[in-house]
Amino acid sequence: MIGVARGSLAVAAKDLRAEMASPAQAMSLFVFALLVVVVFHFAFDLTAAEFTALGPGVLWVAILFTGILALDRGFRVEREGGRIDGLRLAPMPRSALYFGKVLSTWTIMTAVEIVLVPIAAILFNHPLGGWALRLLPVLLLNTLGFAAVGCLFACITTQTRRGDLLLPVLLFPAAVPIALAAVRATGHVLAGRPLDRFAHWLTLSAAYDLIFLAAAVLLFDHALDD
Amino acid sequence: MLQRLPLPLAAIALPLALREAFLAAPAEQKMGVVQRIFYFHVPSAMMAFLGVGLCAVLSALYLWRRDRRYDIAAEAAAELGVLFCTIVLVTGPLWARPVWGVYWTGEVRLTSTLILWLLFVGYLLLRGQAGGDRDATARFAAIVAIVGALDVPIIYKSVEWWRGLHPKVLKISGGGGLDPAMARSLLVCSIAFLLLFAALYVERLRLGRLTEEVASLEQQTARLENAEGSPA
Repeated sequence: MIGVARGSLAVAAKDLRAEMASPAQAMSLFVFALLVVVVFHFAFDLTAAEFTALGPGVLWVAILFTGILALDRGFRVEREGGRIDGLRLAPMPRSALYFGKVLSTWTIMTAVEIVLVPIAAILFNHPLGGWALRLLPVLLLNTLGFAAVGCLFACITTQTRRGDLLLPVLLFPAAVPIALAAVRATGHVLAGRPLDRFAHWLTLSAAYDLIFLAAAVLLFDHALDD
Repeated sequence: MLQRLPLPLAAIALPLALREAFLAAPAEQKMGVVQRIFYFHVPSAMMAFLGVGLCAVLSALYLWRRDRRYDIAAEAAAELGVLFCTIVLVTGPLWARPVWGVYWTGEVRLTSTLILWLLFVGYLLLRGQAGGDRDATARFAAIVAIVGALDVPIIYKSVEWWRGLHPKVLKISGGGGLDPAMARSLLVCSIAFLLLFAALYVERLRLGRLTEEVASLEQQTARLENAEGSPA
């Protein structure tokens, strides 16, 4: 029996190695995210002046849509060929499986975001600069919360019929606080405002992360088949 | 015996509630007659929260005890929660259009109620398509209900901050600003709605238990048929 920390890292490393082995999968996630941004580019006819106002919403819609696909695939893969049974038999606590999945989803989504944000900025003629670095904590905190609830729900929906449709129906309402906090905080960062203007949004995201990581790790055991 | 009580009591209380709302309660000074929808809107909101809260508590009990009765009770509570939440979402815009001039605004209670409704509609959809395994369905639904209930205060806070400003709709807590006659009408209507909730809940529980019985009988027959059909 190995500990939670080592078990989680092992599960996450397994997922990330699988991603590396077939980069086309991660690539298609990124292309999808970019497509959403491009569609909005046409739909709203965005110019640089409007990017600070509409850009955050466009970015986060793209990120959350992509997140749904990443989550669904991350758990559907484990259902194929009964891989999930192997994971359940692994000599580690069940919580390690949950934390490992959160960790790999968090990493993959953040990687997509880090490439997506500068490209979106260029597309909308928003000057690249120091804001990109200050956006990183906003991306990390909100993506973690989305992955925390998302992994719990994806574990459930991939065990049901038509679960691919059910996941967004369940996850989007539950992730409303993340969506709102992310869009507002991103807007403040893009406009170059000081941290104390949007620190409360970061606190809200952090609280969401902690509450649902704690709740999900308690509930995850019930989400796996007995 | 106790479970036979709510239905006749609700049948008596609901006409009384109608009388209170339309005749006994004084007309509101500025809003006029349209304000009377308040006597159905607010009690419905209370019952929506009762249903959702009950569902979350029963879901936690189910996960703890794994007793199917808790699951049946949780599903019934969620259905009533969604029903009353729907009434809230219909009566709210009907009131808002003449008073605020718009059907819908980003007001925090409106928006949070809509998201709560979406969460529990999702819960019912999950129950509908989870497949044949009733115990798995019960576990999944319970998890979603608990996450949804935990999420409600966070959603409320985030929507409140999103607007930046939050107009007070009506001060309900504390009773400040509410005429005593109006308060009495609201109380009568709330009790009537509580009885209606109880009556519907008792019936829905009975239906849930019967459905459960039918499902287990079907399983038994299927098992017997398999036993007969298989070559000895």
